Amino acid sequence: MKPAVFDYYSPSELDEALCLLDEFGYDAKIMSGGQSLIPMMNMRLARPKVVIDISKIEELNYIRITDSVIQIGGLTRHFQVEESKEIEQVCPLLTEGMKLIGHSQIRSRGTIGGSVVHADPTAELPVMLSTLGATITLASSEEVRTLTTDEFFMTYLTTTIETNEILVSIEIPIPPANTGYAIDEFTLRKGDFAIVLAAASVTLDEQGKVKSATLCLGGVDGVPVLLDEVTEELIGNFPDSDLILECCNRIGDLVDPEPDIHASGEYRRDLSITYAKRVLERAAMRAVNRKG
Amino acid sequence: MPQSNLKNIALTVNGKEYTAFVEPRMLLSDVLRDELGLTGTHVGCEHGICGACTVIMDGRPVRSCLVYGVQADQAEVSTVEGLADSDGGLHPLQEAFWEKHGLQCGFCTPGMLMSACHFLEQNPNPNREEIREGISGNLCRCTGYQNIVDAVELAAEMISKNKKCDDESSDLQVVQTGRKVNV
Repeated sequence: MKPAVFDYYSPSELDEALCLLDEFGYDAKIMSGGQSLIPMMNMRLARPKVVIDISKIEELNYIRITDSVIQIGGLTRHFQVEESKEIEQVCPLLTEGMKLIGHSQIRSRGTIGGSVVHADPTAELPVMLSTLGATITLASSEEVRTLTTDEFFMTYLTTTIETNEILVSIEIPIPPANTGYAIDEFTLRKGDFAIVLAAASVTLDEQGKVKSATLCLGGVDGVPVLLDEVTEELIGNFPDSDLILECCNRIGDLVDPEPDIHASGEYRRDLSITYAKRVLERAAMRAVNRKG
Repeated sequence: MPQSNLKNIALTVNGKEYTAFVEPRMLLSDVLRDELGLTGTHVGCEHGICGACTVIMDGRPVRSCLVYGVQADQAEVSTVEGLADSDGGLHPLQEAFWEKHGLQCGFCTPGMLMSACHFLEQNPNPNREEIREGISGNLCRCTGYQNIVDAVELAAEMISKNKKCDDESSDLQVVQTGRKVNV
């Protein structure tokens, strides 16, 4: 047994879990899939006195799709989103990105809420949610509040969630039909955390010119970085490769990644340009194809 | 350790029901090995990197070092001990690993087999690239993976052949029954 001793609670209702959080405060840690928390506990980097396992709270496990939004419960596991045909139809970026998360063993257990609150800057979900303009809903025993990704992600592994709150759902607006997406990442080994990852969404108008576009990078800062300065250059123009390359070359001046044992800052900057260009081109091409 | 911290759990492993009285911090991998005596599941890194401890839990492959035993309460688990027949006949994957030399030291093999087993259920006719993707969550430090990919490829062929034989023999039975009726 590698983790330190803890008390274990396994509530089956959200209210019960929120009461436990009120009772134990800082001593408690919420566990959903456990795929980030258990490794940290095994290495004793995390030693919570109380673990509140929310994996039995069925009311938090759902995928609901309306005409305008996709709602995903915080406890929905990665593989459920990955395998959802409905999601693939309305938001293929999510399906494509889910496949990049860890390995199938991780996706069997890992949850949407867990990944998002863990807030690793090189993880796929925070970057995808930022690209898609998603909102994040948190509940405590006192209130329910909804935040944008910008309001939620603060820095490395840190968000604005309070100790008495649980992420209950995320909501992703379904984009217009003439939209193409792409996500890609550079990893040392398949399934590792990315060195740099990039996601893009491009929406075209009737004439095939760019109506709106989003580009988001992970691994270049403590939070996902949206590069509106780059994508606004595309608006009103046909999305050809030369223009995309010209815009992406500006990224070198806009990001200033920190070095770590895996890659120097300079290398990450180079990767940012390469991957930004790749996903924007792919997203634009898919938008053209979808438009037909 | 206060006694009250211990939890009773009941789980089904390879079709057999077990109960155990465990601390919440005991990992499923340790429950299987130390409490239930099923040492076929290997523990390598114990923090979710190597995949040696992969088991099937409620129909999905999981790293048993990243699940607490208490979370497996009421779960159905399959481990490498459940792959062979009760009379000892090897699973096609085990035969194929033998045939193609898909292991050297054997430490990663239980996890490889369980991952590959689930993978072939999901994708019975994979190409080599898909097989690589399917076993990407499992590290092997001996083989260089080539023979493991060969073995999974062979197992896929064996399984689909067996299935075809089964289908043909059941067709045959129908024909035979038909004849009997005619006679």
